Amino acid sequence: MSDHNSHDVLRRDPRAEWIARNRLHPLHGTVASSETAEVRGPSGLLRKNPHKVGFIGPNGIKRIDRLKGNAAATGKGRRTGAAQDVQLPLHKVENPDFYIVVVPDMVGGRLTGHDKDVIGQAHKLAAGIEGNGAVLAVCFGQSKEEHFDTAGVDRLLLLDDELYEGYCPEQRLAALVQVEAVYQPKHWLFPDSVNGGSDLGSRLAARIKERPAVQAWQVDNQMSVCRGAGGTTDITRATSRLLMLAEECADQIDETRHEALPLELPVVPVVIAQLQDKGQVAVDPNAISLAEAEFILSAGNGIHNWDQFHEAAAVLGATEGASRVAVDDGFMPRFRQVGATGTWVTARVYLAVGISGAIQHMQGIGQCDKVIAINTDAGCDMVKRAALSVIGDSEEILSELIQQVQEFRTQSSAGGDQDAA
Amino acid sequence: MQPNQLANTLKIVSLVSVGKHPQSGRVRRADQDSRAVELGMKLSSDNLVVLHAGDPQEQGLRSYAGMGLKSIQVLEMDPAADAVMPLGEHLQRSGAEIVLTGVRAESGESSGMVPYQLAETLGWPIVPRVADIVSIEGGVAEVLQALPRGQRRSVKVRLPFIASVDSAAQDARQSAFGPASRAVMEVEVVNASTDAVRQSWEEVPARKRPKRLKVVKAKTAAERFKAATAKSQGDGGKVMKNESAAEQAQAILELLKEEGVLR
Repeated sequence: MSDHNSHDVLRRDPRAEWIARNRLHPLHGTVASSETAEVRGPSGLLRKNPHKVGFIGPNGIKRIDRLKGNAAATGKGRRTGAAQDVQLPLHKVENPDFYIVVVPDMVGGRLTGHDKDVIGQAHKLAAGIEGNGAVLAVCFGQSKEEHFDTAGVDRLLLLDDELYEGYCPEQRLAALVQVEAVYQPKHWLFPDSVNGGSDLGSRLAARIKERPAVQAWQVDNQMSVCRGAGGTTDITRATSRLLMLAEECADQIDETRHEALPLELPVVPVVIAQLQDKGQVAVDPNAISLAEAEFILSAGNGIHNWDQFHEAAAVLGATEGASRVAVDDGFMPRFRQVGATGTWVTARVYLAVGISGAIQHMQGIGQCDKVIAINTDAGCDMVKRAALSVIGDSEEILSELIQQVQEFRTQSSAGGDQDAA
Repeated sequence: MQPNQLANTLKIVSLVSVGKHPQSGRVRRADQDSRAVELGMKLSSDNLVVLHAGDPQEQGLRSYAGMGLKSIQVLEMDPAADAVMPLGEHLQRSGAEIVLTGVRAESGESSGMVPYQLAETLGWPIVPRVADIVSIEGGVAEVLQALPRGQRRSVKVRLPFIASVDSAAQDARQSAFGPASRAVMEVEVVNASTDAVRQSWEEVPARKRPKRLKVVKAKTAAERFKAATAKSQGDGGKVMKNESAAEQAQAILELLKEEGVLR
């Protein structure tokens, strides 16, 4: 019976089949792993092995994943959402034909929103000119910025010499004149801001005899629209080589990553400065309006020792703010209230003591850069928002802080005296 | 404390332009320019020269005179022409030591370039956005500059220099009708080149700038939902829970130092 069709007969190994059927057999893995869920049968048809589909779940029940690998996107808990860091596509410029130079303000060593708008405008201008152009950012002073690449900087000229520290517009102008000579940029873009962009741009325009377009808010390669006559007229004019751009002139770069390759500038002549920077003058912090204060110490329901709070504000040199509760209870005047019904603050550093963070208050501090929270409740909204949260008794921590700041002050003033001597 | 005694011998020139009220559009004294006149009067009430380049018949000039000026010098020229060259020549001749201007004019292009171009042609230093001139001693002036967020910076500069006066400077005194009509206009006719570039510009009343829309670039429905509902939250800051109060205060101090807000 077996002799005449020995070639057609499929040889079967009943023992191997038995092991393959028996998931509990110690050799099951070696036999079963050779097979996949979908195989071509002897007649060429696709055969599915229903026993091989899916996997055994943690409680011994078979699970079939029908999402085809998309399951990860749905997110398991709140951790995964934050961990997903999308790598944006890299925009590369090799051997640029021309440069568009941006001189950002770098307030506090970081790119401001205005700076990023200007970089976005630079890319818009570069796209409209033939050839591949690179956006070159010239940054003065110590930089704390870590995301030049996602802000859209192709080439970075970082001048962080001691020469450029402090207020030294003449030295910076000399460096820009050198950049003009070396790179011959197609456009010079400055943010038209009170943080120094408008000053430096005007100086350069006067030096290289370019007529700038100031307060430009709609710019393309041919025409630009600028605010004139103190912001009451719109002037439509040909786009000039040197532009000082208003805020929100263009969209920021957010879909690409850029190289931010460092460049070097050949030696810049040291200018004999006619302006001598004597440093900032102490201003009474409580005379500054809350809306434009740089550093705010804000009190909420968690403050019990108000004398200590006022002392802390004086020692830190911070403007005082308050939450609605503190104002309603009569501990602080109404004009000190931060939040939706009070003042919308723009402080760079906001130190919130005993404020849990009602949504109206969080709206008020939406534009703050760094928030520090001192609170007894680790789960409150303010702690979630804060860059640094300290959980504990506010009175104890404030007294420690006052003491340490006073020590720091005496140390630094003693050090300053030694330097002077 | 008042620098009057020393500065009285100084020659101070305040450059003024014709202002425009931001709401009504009526002709007035420009806000920053009138502050420049005020600062000049504070420094030297006798030797202050108020200088204007343009039309001497302009009514706006009278409101500067109403602050108590005996005369206003006017370089008569076409108001639309370029004023930098005649002003530069005049200042060179007059031997001015401090020139005060506003930061930006309230009419025309209002680019704020005049002080910079004057400084470049005269070779003088320029101090932008001045709030006050504190003292002038031995040919060196100590100037307070207005910074954003209500801060002030002290700068020392050697005379002669140009300063543009910020809106943070002291308010201009009231303008009175009597002195305004009594003041003399000392007119000098000058040649100025017409501004040819400006002929091609198109000027219209400012239209409202469109607000930037918040575009949500989400790929999936879940991301869109998150973007629509999420509260603004930091990227998970550092939380110090079990440390002692001293360590916690130390961490806060470090952050404040790093941000440079402790002065």
